[in-house]
Formats: sequence, structure tokens, C-alpha cells
Amino acid sequence: MTADAIVARGYLESLLGGLANSPAALVSPKLAWLKTLRAEAVERVGVLKVPTPGDEDWRFTDISALAKQSFHPLRRPTSLQAVDIAHFHIEEATTRLVFVDGVHAPQLSSIGADGGGGDDGDDIVGALAAAIATHGATVRAHLGQHAQFRDDLFTALNTAFLHDAAVVIVPRETVVTEPVHLLFVATQPDVASHPRILLVAEAGSEVTLIEDHLTMHEGAYFTNSVAEIVLGANAQVEHVRVQRDSGAAFHIGGCAVSLGRASRYHSVSVALGAKISRLGLEVVQTVEGAQCSLDGLALIGERQLADTHTCIDHAKPNGTSRQLHKAIVDGAAHAVFNGRVRVRLGAQRTDSAQSSRNLLLSAKAQVNTLPQLEILADNVKCTHGATVGQLDSEEIFYLRSRGLSEAAARNLLTYAFGAEVIDRIPVASLRRRLEQTVLERTTNDPAVPGQAAGHP
Amino acid sequence: MIRAGSKTLLEVRGLRATVDGVEILKGLDLTVKSGEVHAIMGPNGSGKSTFAKVLAGHTAYQVTAGEVLFEGENLLDMAPEARARAGIFLAFQYPIEIPGVGNSQFLRLAYNTVQAGRDKDELDPLEFDDLVREKMKLLEMNPEFLGRSVNEGFSGGEKKRNEILQMALLEPKLAILDETDSGLDIDALRVVSKGVNRFAGADNAVVLVTHYQRLLNHIVPDYVHVMSSGRIVKTGGSALALELEERGYDWVEAEANSAAVAEGASP
Repeated sequence: MTADAIVARGYLESLLGGLANSPAALVSPKLAWLKTLRAEAVERVGVLKVPTPGDEDWRFTDISALAKQSFHPLRRPTSLQAVDIAHFHIEEATTRLVFVDGVHAPQLSSIGADGGGGDDGDDIVGALAAAIATHGATVRAHLGQHAQFRDDLFTALNTAFLHDAAVVIVPRETVVTEPVHLLFVATQPDVASHPRILLVAEAGSEVTLIEDHLTMHEGAYFTNSVAEIVLGANAQVEHVRVQRDSGAAFHIGGCAVSLGRASRYHSVSVALGAKISRLGLEVVQTVEGAQCSLDGLALIGERQLADTHTCIDHAKPNGTSRQLHKAIVDGAAHAVFNGRVRVRLGAQRTDSAQSSRNLLLSAKAQVNTLPQLEILADNVKCTHGATVGQLDSEEIFYLRSRGLSEAAARNLLTYAFGAEVIDRIPVASLRRRLEQTVLERTTNDPAVPGQAAGHP
Repeated sequence: MIRAGSKTLLEVRGLRATVDGVEILKGLDLTVKSGEVHAIMGPNGSGKSTFAKVLAGHTAYQVTAGEVLFEGENLLDMAPEARARAGIFLAFQYPIEIPGVGNSQFLRLAYNTVQAGRDKDELDPLEFDDLVREKMKLLEMNPEFLGRSVNEGFSGGEKKRNEILQMALLEPKLAILDETDSGLDIDALRVVSKGVNRFAGADNAVVLVTHYQRLLNHIVPDYVHVMSSGRIVKTGGSALALELEERGYDWVEAEANSAAVAEGASP
């Protein structure tokens, strides 16, 4: 056993050790299927190793720093008051589920008119126990069935710790007009949390989900989240994922999406925080005619690492996929993008376009981008492209010739590069807030775009 | 218009400039006074566009000799943005597309930056919107262009109108229009020319860099200069443009060459 592996085992044991002490099962022990699911996951955690750069999927992402640190499950919940998180609220969303250090906080959550009642009068949004009580069969049919943990240590870990979850079940033909806000707040250092999300959008339904990971402290912690999103025939889901963890945090996020016939899934993922973050997004078009568009932005600096691994699996014919992933990398930061598009035999008339665009703002910044097309069908239209570059000197000169200082010109162009992705967020107040964040993060000079340079 | 007592805006003496080590400007002289309209013509590769970019301070060009004074100040010491604030404006031959930067945001930022640089009042978005819409009306531009990214997806003519719109907003003292007529249909040429004529006044000056005479039917220059091999080799009135249209550039270049030979032969 190598030294790395020993460290890795120690790390896993420290995490698994928490299983026994974790809050007594929040769901009834009668739910044998859930216990079985967890037991299977625990078994896989015992077998799987912490990935190293020796693993193809982790070639550019060295997480040894994560394995060297120890994290424990939450011991005592933080007494967070509603007022403490009021500024994180999103004005369009009156339905909000709040998880503090991974633990559901009903006193901070609220169910708005829209999230409250389906046709059957049951809540559309709730924690796992409530969802099992009202939608037991649906939860059982999907929970743990889409996010595969056999070969994925972090998904296995999350599933091993699966005691609670944010569950959104939108009944057939139901249009949820307000976005549903899932807020995961980190409040304590050294805690490992395993947020879990299940969204089932039944046939013909529509919903917008905001998955929001943020922090109230700048210490180290470990977030290991998994989302499962299922779209029935003709369902439409907008999924906004925002990761603004502390600069010392580790964030491993997984998202498995299953698309039904002629359904439409659109996601915008924005990674701003964490020392090391990884998002694994897998979309499977299980029936004909599904559409997905995946937009992503990583905006990082200093010594941050942000890794985005996506896989769009066109398993059936007539599917459409669009993907735009952008990274803005400053300081000695490192962005990784691996975008796999798989078109299986028989998935004819697939129409897929992928673009990875990367902006390096410093000499030490680094990007690895790897578009991967695997096409087995013969009648398809698939394009992909990747660019890595610096700000365009002609664009800078154009702006300077109109009076903008060089710094203001650079800031504006950097902002614009990121804004293209932010603009695709379908929730106006969140879009404005993130535009402001991007503006602040891309401004290295008092000459803020929007203010006149050189003005007293 | 040539006026008695007008002040000198631009003085270029013996200007030499290189790009990537290749000398493009080889001793250029030009004086521009307020109230004047100058046309600089010449064959492809004669250095017209390089001269325009050097005046605006393009960083790809190195000035190796000569001087350029703008209102008596050394222009070559000034950064591009300082030149813009001082009153130099270059309408680009190929305006740059900037995806993600809204045109109205860009126009207001440029306007307010230049206003601040001149110790004048800045405008808030609502005030600016009124101003820009009024200017757009004169250029027969659809206000819809305010909501789009800078020049992105604009046709050639729309880009040129957007340049003239910027000129109208920034009110420079010296406007250099680099082949603004290229790619314009007859209607667009008329509209753009109207915009330039409305701008040109006693206190500013316009330098038109153009390949063809047809622009000069709409904007009548006081002086026509012919560039060849990085220098101005002939200067005349607006009639010279017509003669060039008829006879081409070869005779001017031949004249210039023989003059140079004669000069070289003299003791």
C-alpha cells in the first residue's frame, strides 16, 4: 500500500466513522429499501479508492490536499437565525429549503404558494421524510437510481450518508411559476456535509430549480453534493447551480440528469469559490427527441482549482444538445474542462454543439480543456470547439481609443466574457447579483466599468 | 473650410513608423487647422490606414522618427485613451465586435469617460438615453442597436454608422475617418456623409482616409493629399480627387519618383 493510499484510507475512515454517530435515522427504519441503498453505498466506499491524477478522469485534478485534511460530520447544529441568511434570499423564490452544514433547517425554510400544493394537495417541495410520506413510490423509484455510485467514490459517500434530501416532485402538467430555491449554507469549519437533491418533473410539468451553495465563514470544509434530476415526457427544467464556497473549502458536486421524451433541460452552473471544486454533470437522453443545454462559468484566481466534467449521452435518436463552458482564470489558478458527448449506435439525427472558451488573465494561470466526441451513429450533426486565450489586443485598443483606460478596458472585456454565461440565468435577481459579483471579481483597478475612469 | 486665423490642430513632421520591424511611414508631413476637411488618398499599401492608427496610438506600431503635435502638445507621448480624451477620434476601418458588452453601456461609458476627462458633466443612463437616441435619429439608426452587443452581428454599414454615432457623441476636435465609405451602399453613404457634414465645424477638423473619390462628392474636402510609399507626395484642392479618379495614382507616383531622383541628384 502506497503512502497516498494509506492517507486516503485514513481520510475515508475518518469520514465513515461519522456514520455511526450521525443523527439517528431521520426516516423510519421500516424503509428497508433506503437502508439497503445506504448499505450498498457503504460497501462501495470500502472498495473504492480516492482518485489520483493517475486516474484518467482525474488527470488534471489533484485532490491529495482534500485527502490530507480531516473533516467530521456535523456535531452540533448552528443556531442560525432567519435574519442571518435573509440577504441570501432570492426575491422571485418564496419556496426555499435551507440546509445548514448539510442538515435541513425547517425553521429557516419556507414553502410559498407555488411550492405548496400539487393537484393532490401535497407539497411539491420538502425534505426527504415528508416526501417519502406523500410520494413514497416516486421517491423510491428514483432516489439513488440515476447517480451511479458503483464506481464513483464521492457519489457512494454521499449515498452512504443519505439520511435527508431536498425533494422536489412536480406533478404532471403542473407549471411551477416561481423558482424553487435550495440553499446550502456552510457555517462551521472542518465539517463534511453531503447535500442530496432529488427533482422529479413529471410529464408536461415545468420548474426552475436554484441550487445554491454558499458559506458564512472562510474556513475549510468539505461539501460533497449529489443531485438527481428526472424529466418526464415534455417536461421542462431550468437548473441554476451556484457554488460560492469559501476559498479554503473543498467542493465535489455531482448531478445526474435523465431526460424523457421531448423534454427540455437547461442548466447554468457558476463556480466562483472553493480551493478545489469539481462538478460532474451527466445527462442521459433516455427517450427520443430530448433537448438539453448546459452552460457553465468558472471564475477563479489565486490558487483555486475548478474542474467541470460533463457527459451528454445521446442514447436515442433526434436529440439536441448545446453546451457553452467558459473559464476565466487569474493568478495561479487552474481550470479543467472535460466535455464528453456520446452518440450511441442508433441515436440518429442527433444535433450537438459544444464550445469551451477560456480566458487566461495571468502568466501562471492554467487551463486544461478536453472536448471528447464519441460518435457511433452515422447520421448526426456534432460540432465542438475549444479556445484558450488572453484578452484580444484589438478589442483593448478599440476601447482605449474611446477614452477607457487600459485597466478599465481589460475589466470590461473580462466582465463581458463571463456575462455571456450569466445572462443565460433565467432568474432576474440572481442574474443581477451574479453580474455584480463577476463585475467585482473582474475589476482589478479603481476604474470600475460603469464609472468613468480617471474621474475624481 | 479654410479660414483666416484658424488655429493649428495637428502638426506632423517627418513621421516614420514601423510594424513588426517593417517601415510603413517614411517621413510624413501634414498640417491640419481647425475648420478644415482633409482627404488622404492613395493606392493600397501606401500607408494611409497605418497613419490613421498611429495618430490614434495603436500599440502595434512603433514610431521611429519625427514628431506629432496636437494643439501644440506632443501626441506621441500620450496613451490612446489620453488622446481620445484630448479630442482625437478614429473611426475604424473595421470596427471591432465586442460580444457581451452592450452597445448602450459601451457608448455611455465612452461618453462619460471622455466628458470626465474634459471636466464636463457625466450623464446618468436616462439622460444619456435621450442624447443617444437623438443622435441616432440623425444617422437613421434603429434604437434597437442600443440593446445589442457592440458591433456584434452588425452589417458593414451598421458598423460604420455606429462609428459615426460615437464621433457625434464624443465631439472630438480631430476626427480621422479610416475608409468609412468602404462597404457602404449609396443610401448609407448619404446618411453617414450627412452625419459627418453636420459634425464638421469651425472648431474641429476632419481627416478622411479613402480609396475612392465617391465619398468626396458628399463631403467636400479643402485639401486632397496623395500618399505613396509612406509619404504624402502631392497635395491639391478637391479637384485633385476627380483627376485621381480619372487618371489613377500611377502618374502621381511617377511624378513623385522623378522629383525624388532630382532631389537626390542635386548637390
